[in-house]
Parts: sequence; C-alpha cells; structure tokens
Amino acid sequence: MGETPHRSADAGTGGTRVTQSHEWPAGASARVAEAPVSTRSPGGDGLGGGGALPRSRKFGAERAFRGLTLAAGTAVLVIIAAIAIFLIAKAVPALRANTENFWSYEGWSPNETQPKFGIGTLAFGTVLSAALALLMAVPVALGIALYLSHYAPRRLGTALGFLVDLLAAVPSVVFGLWGRDIFINPVRDFSVWLNEYFGWLPIFGGDGPFGKSIMLGALVLAIMVLPIITSLSREVFLQTPTANEEAALALGATRWEMLRTAVLPYGRPGIIAAVMLGLGRALGETIALALTLGITFGISFNLIQNGGNTIAANIANAFGEANETGRGALIASGLVLFTITLIVNITARAIIYRRREFTESAA
Amino acid sequence: MAKRVSASNVTAYYGGFKAIENINLTVEPKTVTALIGPSGCGKSTFLRSINRMHEVLPGARVEGSLTIDDQDIYHRDVDVTAVRRTIGMVFQRPNPFPTMSIFENVVAGLKLNGVRRKSILDEAAEKALRSANLWDEVKDRLGKPGAGLSGGQQQRLCIARTIAVEPQVVLMDEPCSALDPISTLAIEDLMFQLKDKFTIIIVTHNMQQAARVSDRTAFFSIEKTGDPGRLIEYDNTQKIFSNPSVKKTEDYITGRFG
Repeated sequence: MGETPHRSADAGTGGTRVTQSHEWPAGASARVAEAPVSTRSPGGDGLGGGGALPRSRKFGAERAFRGLTLAAGTAVLVIIAAIAIFLIAKAVPALRANTENFWSYEGWSPNETQPKFGIGTLAFGTVLSAALALLMAVPVALGIALYLSHYAPRRLGTALGFLVDLLAAVPSVVFGLWGRDIFINPVRDFSVWLNEYFGWLPIFGGDGPFGKSIMLGALVLAIMVLPIITSLSREVFLQTPTANEEAALALGATRWEMLRTAVLPYGRPGIIAAVMLGLGRALGETIALALTLGITFGISFNLIQNGGNTIAANIANAFGEANETGRGALIASGLVLFTITLIVNITARAIIYRRREFTESAA
Repeated sequence: MAKRVSASNVTAYYGGFKAIENINLTVEPKTVTALIGPSGCGKSTFLRSINRMHEVLPGARVEGSLTIDDQDIYHRDVDVTAVRRTIGMVFQRPNPFPTMSIFENVVAGLKLNGVRRKSILDEAAEKALRSANLWDEVKDRLGKPGAGLSGGQQQRLCIARTIAVEPQVVLMDEPCSALDPISTLAIEDLMFQLKDKFTIIIVTHNMQQAARVSDRTAFFSIEKTGDPGRLIEYDNTQKIFSNPSVKKTEDYITGRFG
C-alpha cells in the first residue's frame, strides 16, 4: 500500500533529513582518519577504541582542505578588486579628457582631439533591448518549462529538454550572423506591417528604413536567453515536492490550478534567479547585438526603425580603432554596464530575501 | 454533508502490476471506517481510488465501480476535480503548502473554487480551524508560514484545509504515522468530532488506533509479494477485534503475522 512510487515523498514538507543524514557518516570517517593505527589491529577493540582517546592531530587533511577552500574564497575577492582597480585606473583619465557631459551627451567620438562621448544612449539601448528580450522570452520559457516538467510524456520531455539545451550551445556570433542575414527578413516585413497599421503608436512609428532595429536585436536576444531560463526553471519545477502537488490535486485543483497553487509559488525564487541569469546574459551580450542593431546614437523608444546600440555592442564595434582616450572611454562604459548588472543582481537578491521566511521553511 | 461510499469489484493497477483485486465494500455515512492490513496489501491504493488520486500516477488505472450515494465517480461525464472536492484527503506526511501562510493554506481549496470575498474566507478559515482544534493555537499568527508549525499542528492544518471546502467524505492515509503520541491523540479526538459531519475512511498501521477510532474495520491482505491485495474481512470494529470470522484476520490482529 504505502509503497506507491512517490517521486519524493520525503521531500514532503521540509523535514530536517539532509542535515541529519550527514552527521553520522561525516563524523565517523573523521574519527577513523584520526584514530591511531594501533587501535585498528585485528582482535583489538575495533574502531570504537578501547584505550585512551587519541590526541587530535596538529595537521591533517581537515586542516589542509580548510586552507584550500579559504584560498579559493580569497581568490574571488582578489580578482574582483583587480578588475575594479583596472577599470577605474583606465577610465578616469578618459573621463577627465571628455569635453562633453558623460551622462547626457548623445554621441561617441572619443578619438578626436576634443573627445566627446556620452553613456546615456548606450545605457538606454542596453536596458531597453534586454528588457524587451526578457519580456518576450520569460513567458515562453516558463511555458516550455511547465510543459516539459508537468505536461509532456516523460520521454518527449527529456528529448525536448535536450533540444533546448542544444540551443544554449549555439555560439552568439552564429546567432548574430543568422539574425543579420536571415532573421532580418521576416522581422523587416513584420515591422513594415506594424508600421502600417500601428504607426500611430510612437514605438511603431517612423518612415524607415526598418529591420536593423531594437526589435531585431531584442528578438535575437530573446532566443538566446530562452534556453537558460527554460532549463533552470524546468529543474526548479521538477523539484516541487510531490506531496504538495497531490495536496493541491486532492483539493480539487485542475492541473493548471495545481501548477499555480503548488508549483509556481514553490519555484518562485528559482524563477527569479533564472530570469536574472537571463537578464545578465542579455545585458552583457556583445557580438549578436553588434551585428543586428543599427548602431546609432540617440535615445528613442522606436522599436522598428534602423537604430539602437548597447554598451557591449559599442565596445565590440569601436575598440579596434580606438586610441588611448577611446579605450579609456570604452572602459568607462564597461564600468557603467558592470554597475547596471550589479543593481539588477542586488534587486533580485532583495526580492528573494523578502520572502525568505516562506522559502526557508520550504527548503 | 456525508455520503455513502460503495465499491464493487474495484481492481487497481500500477502499469502492469495489479495492486488490488475485486474489492467490494460499503461505507455508511457519518461513520469512521478503518482499513488495516500488512504493508503492500493495497489499502492505500484502495483509499486513493476513492477520490481518484490513484490515477494521478503515470500508468495507474482503476477498474470496477465506485459510487458515492449511487453516483458513479468514474463515469465518463464526471469532473474529476468535483470528485476530489467532494471527497477530501489527508496525507501520511503533513503537506501544507510551504509558500503559504496558515490562513492561505486553510482557504487554498476555497480559492481554487473561486471564493474571493475576504469576509467569507475569514469566516470559513476560522470555522475550519476551530473544527480542526487548531484555532486557539494559531489565531494570533495566521499570517505566519504554515510550514513553521509543529508536525501535529501541520497535520491538523491539513485537516482544516481539507474540511474547509466542506467535503462529504474525508479520506485519511495514515494521518498519524509521522506524529508523536500526543499529536496522534489530538487527531483521534478530532476524528470523533468530525464523524458527526463527514464520512471518514482512514488507513492505519496502528491496530490500537483502528480499534479506538473506528466503527467498522476492513482487513486487507495479500497471499505473497506480487499478488494483488484483497479484502479479507469487513465487519464492525468490535467484532473484528474480539471475534473475527476469518482465521487470517485473527492471526493478523493478534500479531501472529504481518
């Protein structure tokens, strides 16, 4: 009777089994390692030890391992500090040489004798394209993940999941080339259509040319972040305790209601983490956007006209012919990108932290 | 608010494996019926067939007929969610929704049925928690997570969640097996009160518990591992535990096997 194949009956409602099950084996092996050889002799008192307790070791695997982990942890801090110092040291002279306002100037000509460059348009394009990409990718990704975890027959789910992971393995330059040469055609046609019928909306207005637009860049980006968000949220959905799913079903929930009552709330922190990873990739994506965007400098919400630029794409496009000040300016823009990503990450942490009372007891 | 449950020739499978065979049994309204028997004899499978939770598992299916007040719950036109709303279930391990507060847990079933008015939800939550003997312990912290309660409180919370939708029948699958004796006693007391309103069917491994709480007892058993479970004897609890008519039942309740 009770032997029905529950997928994770124990995961039920947050017992303490993980910590409990670790205590004994870990402690036991440590004792074994520290016990002097003499007590292990056959016919002796066994591992429990009959004689006096052995002294603890001054130096052993335990201590060496602790040192290793400490070194690894410190290395992260050192690397971050080194990057920060490098960026600031290179950026400051260029910012000093800038003859325009770094925040508000719309343009990027740092290689002139009178360097002029502003981050505003690039930061705007970065955030706009990433946000648009997520807006399109997240619902689709969550839909795919729910289908794979809760609707698809197991075999089909595994096969499709593998395909989605394959999509993640496509190099971004390939996405960029495909977007620039092939995907641009349907997007251009669609843009013309949008312009004709919805041109009264500023985002779809303008007189063309259309195609190499924020829309194309964001669509390519959306396809690129789709696999990350999908496979992470699928993992999270699969971890929902069967006990909670059954509780919802037993209350008379349909499958969709079960997903809404048990699976989605349980997976919420995981979904947020997945979206943030996707956003991180979208913000930092370089070559695909350098190839698909129109590369102009100007702040506009128009999505379909040629144009758009991002910090990372601009670095890729401009680095080759940059002089000393030009490189410094690009590094300063990198610093801004770094700050944007940091803010995004901190926000995500804050969202997860706000509900920790509930998520911790669920863990 | 209580209905008669009748099973006739109920056979249930997990894929190719036949877990129970030809179960015939009728449970009267407003009684407590205990299903007892050794592990693997199919009592939980039978219980899960009654609210169609068995078929949730991949490859699982049920044959035969199960009715509540002469309505076939396996009929093609019957909405399975309606069946589960009518026949509530409490599980072996307390399983409150971990992301929900105590209050949200209790009204989860009502919300699924489209109840949105705060006043109705408040009233229903208090009523269900009072019925589950939990109100006094949690009334000051309804907004706290349900998973933060003790095991026994969590199980009573799950009972409150189940009875909040006012089902006709309440199924309990070893509801006390994860609980300490005091919490067990609290839940047994609760069953006495609940049978005024509901038909209760409980699976238990604890024969004292079956003897204490139930009016009728059904004894399930298997010949050997791999055979389907069968209903061996079904009678008044007092008769089963004092003077069973089948030798096998007597062997089991006196501890000679199983």
